[in-house]
Amino acid sequence: MRPRRATLKDSEQQARIFRRRSIVAALFVLIMFSGLIGRMVWLQVVQHDIFITRSDKNRMRVEPLPPNRGLIFDRNHEVLAENRPTYNLTLVREQAGDVGQTIDRLINILGLPEDQHEVLTQRSRERLRSYEPALLLSDLTEEQIAEIAVNRYRLPGVEVEAQLIRYYPDGEWMSHVLGYVGRISQEDQQRIDTSNYAGTHFIGKTGIERFYEDELHGKAGVKRVETNARGRVLREIDRTPPQPGKNLTLTLDSKLQKLGHDLLKGKRGAIVAIEPATGAILAMVSEPGFDNNKFVTGIDTKSYAALRDDIDIPLYNRAARGQYPPASTVKPYMASAGLEYGLITPSDTVYDPGYYQLPNDSRRYRNWLRWGHGRVDMKRAITVSNDTYFFTLAHRMGIDRLSSFMHKYGFGEDHSLDVWGAGSGLMPSRDWKRGRYNQVWYPGETLSVGIGQGYWLATPLQMATAVAVMANKGKWVRPHLAMEVGDKKIAPPFENTPDDIKLDNSHWWDLIHDAMENVMTGSEGSGRASGRNLQYRMGGKSGTAQVFTLGQKEKYNASELEERLHDHALFTAFAPVDDPKIAVAVIVENGGGGSRVAAPIAREMLDAWILPTMKSSEEAQRHARQNENTAQRIATGD
Amino acid sequence: MIDYWQRVYRRSRRHYQRLSWRTLHLDPWLLLALLTIVTGGLIVLYSAGGESTYLVEAQALRFCAAFLVMLLIAQFSPRTMQRLAWFFYIVVTLMLVAVDVIGTHAMGAQRWLTIPGVIRFQPSELMKLAMPMTIAAYLSRRVLPPGWLDLMVCLLLMGLPVGLIANQPDLGTSMLVAASGVFVVLLAGLSWRFIAMCAAFGIAAMPLLWFNMHQYQRQRVLTLLNPESDPLGAGWNIIQSKTAIGSGGIHGKGWMQGTQSQLEFLPERHTDFIGAVLGEEFGLIGMVVLMSCYLLLIWRGLYMANQAHDTFGRLLGGSLVLTFFVYVFVNVGMVSGVLPVVGVPLPLISYGGTASVTLMAGFGMLMAVFTHHKITPR
Repeated sequence: MRPRRATLKDSEQQARIFRRRSIVAALFVLIMFSGLIGRMVWLQVVQHDIFITRSDKNRMRVEPLPPNRGLIFDRNHEVLAENRPTYNLTLVREQAGDVGQTIDRLINILGLPEDQHEVLTQRSRERLRSYEPALLLSDLTEEQIAEIAVNRYRLPGVEVEAQLIRYYPDGEWMSHVLGYVGRISQEDQQRIDTSNYAGTHFIGKTGIERFYEDELHGKAGVKRVETNARGRVLREIDRTPPQPGKNLTLTLDSKLQKLGHDLLKGKRGAIVAIEPATGAILAMVSEPGFDNNKFVTGIDTKSYAALRDDIDIPLYNRAARGQYPPASTVKPYMASAGLEYGLITPSDTVYDPGYYQLPNDSRRYRNWLRWGHGRVDMKRAITVSNDTYFFTLAHRMGIDRLSSFMHKYGFGEDHSLDVWGAGSGLMPSRDWKRGRYNQVWYPGETLSVGIGQGYWLATPLQMATAVAVMANKGKWVRPHLAMEVGDKKIAPPFENTPDDIKLDNSHWWDLIHDAMENVMTGSEGSGRASGRNLQYRMGGKSGTAQVFTLGQKEKYNASELEERLHDHALFTAFAPVDDPKIAVAVIVENGGGGSRVAAPIAREMLDAWILPTMKSSEEAQRHARQNENTAQRIATGD
Repeated sequence: MIDYWQRVYRRSRRHYQRLSWRTLHLDPWLLLALLTIVTGGLIVLYSAGGESTYLVEAQALRFCAAFLVMLLIAQFSPRTMQRLAWFFYIVVTLMLVAVDVIGTHAMGAQRWLTIPGVIRFQPSELMKLAMPMTIAAYLSRRVLPPGWLDLMVCLLLMGLPVGLIANQPDLGTSMLVAASGVFVVLLAGLSWRFIAMCAAFGIAAMPLLWFNMHQYQRQRVLTLLNPESDPLGAGWNIIQSKTAIGSGGIHGKGWMQGTQSQLEFLPERHTDFIGAVLGEEFGLIGMVVLMSCYLLLIWRGLYMANQAHDTFGRLLGGSLVLTFFVYVFVNVGMVSGVLPVVGVPLPLISYGGTASVTLMAGFGMLMAVFTHHKITPR
């Protein structure tokens, strides 16, 4: 009995122990589970935001949708810059299977040289992920596209993809003013909003393309796609479509621009034509030009070196940046300053013996006509471009007043609204000389500045602007190239427009205009050869700028050298005098005399702009007269 | 006529009374908890497996088989189990030795034993049952609480197979097998003082353990401490799993809406990491429901073990229930990033063959010890 009882007792005790232990175990389980639930609360409630962001980042990829670049038109809606579809050949490694074999077939089909195999293989590897298309060839020809299409079944993973790139139909003579787009460089990265340019390959580098980059580019869209762990796109979640760039309508007239190009062909020079009433730039020609299309897809180093090292510097925008002494073209402005300061009256005369001498100075400042023009008044001084008269005037005026008054015409500053890289020229002054050379101003220097020489430098754009202000009788408008940006009209009044030039006697403007008209039509006028058979009233002023220095870089070549020492030929003009429609500045480098070389060019430009409108208005008038006559006849019963 | 129908009615009533849960050796509450978890698991699996009906069908079929196994095992009396324990233990241990010698290589470890053309299985799974049976069988014949000598014998019995399994290497299973043995000893009434001493010793032995670990095992521990140190390698699993659970929030992203799992960022998402899928798609609510089901199951299991009328049954049942708890804790701890990544499935939910069969067999034993005590004489 005892052992049996003992086991029974043991059994009960064991059951008791087990019960206690299992209660402890249950508590332990409860505590551990609470710990796990606590962990879940930590992850799913407290840190939920962190993890939901991380999970979204996992699955979502944002792909940029580049906007189409805005087009550029001239004032007659001629296309100056368009987007040309090009076709690229891409390869998706994943689909290609044997990449080497596919590339071999491609080379065979397209008839490419054998050594391309290496290049294409390299390009096919440029994409990190094997399902993303790698760019093999760009700008395929029609034939190549056709060949690919026919052999499609033999080329797994090969696709022809369309892309838009910039094209300038009038590359050669629009190159400087339009500028060009090019591949986005490291430098460009600094100045752009990279997210807006994520899918864009090209950016405005110079000219209009650069100045209106923000408007032309537009806003990039985004596409959010869901990808799996291997990065493959599964579906599109949503997209914000890109806002295409705005179209740009320029004030330029491509016919006038083309004419300017033709007139300067084979020469170095610039023409700027401005509509005085609005400041609209009608033409801005810089010769020689270059084909800006070459810069879009990336110019090869050899071609670029050729352009860069060309002695005629075709890449240089002479119209906006070229600095030339304005020479005698400034004489009408000098006259207006003299009248305003009360230094002369229109009828005051100066005797010109062929030179001018400063008081107490033996040095003679020569008139261009060695034997002098004799007694000249203001009108004759402008007409014959007498230097002595303006030496006298400049001396009376002094450099301070001269400089400050010429600033009113825009010399020494860039007042253009949207001409990229426009130069400011140089309007010398006492302070300028001290700052630049740490020297005092000599009275003799005032004399050369008085006839637009010496230190005075101006850009063709400034000269055209000044003559437009003159044509306007002092009323300022800022020269500009854009007429419409998208739907927005660009028109005066513009901000920061310089103050109008007001003369005490507004009749003085007419006197100066008279004198300038006399340049074209007067018997002594320096531009009379170009003023023959004028069908409208034209005012003009010639200029001939001396070239004394030879550029450091220029190579020595006797005939070349001689040509490059010739004077620059300048001419500024506007017409019609009573209602100016166009003002123009022409400069032909080393062209010789302004009246002989530059004046005919100016005349042709004005004719081209004014005559067509005149003809149409004349015709309209004749029609009106005829109708009137007919009406009268009917009325009188004839 | 009426008499006939009355007779039929009475007979069927008798039959009904006789055909109770006890007769079938099943426990309705445990069964309910199991079915709830399994059904929920199949729903999650459908989503985790990429809406593959194949996976769900295979898993459902496997669970049917597992339920049959459970039903079958529940019919054995604990006495029989106790008698068979040693034999079972020796056979499985020999199999483990065989695995180390001729086992099939898979996933860098030798775990499978293949009888060509017949079956390929993991003997280590069987050890999860053999171990608690054997220790319980041994201790139930000794005077309890166990003394030093008993303890030494138990450690020896545990050490051999655990060492063999750890050598495969399969850290997760060896740990579970060891736990199943340890729980028997603990439930048998090992003195608290001794447990405390062991714990202290265990902590002191940690560095020793560290130096005996495989490089990949160390890496897992290191990775756990700082998953970002190896974001594309071993840390990937932990980062993606935590991201899945954390992004689920309170309500979850919805069934089959979990981006982490559907877009394949989550690795092993239908096996070991299925818990993360549940956390992502059903959120905190889903996790709490699951844990409650598990808790219910464990509570019922412990109750049943307590109702066993002999020591062997109590120890075996209790150990099986607590081992089940370890499964849950290690897996959930792993997917939520508090424990290192070891290959322990989420019980009754993870896709996989042998583990679920073993689990159900274990529940079969638990039911046997609960239901057989009234019939078997003391």
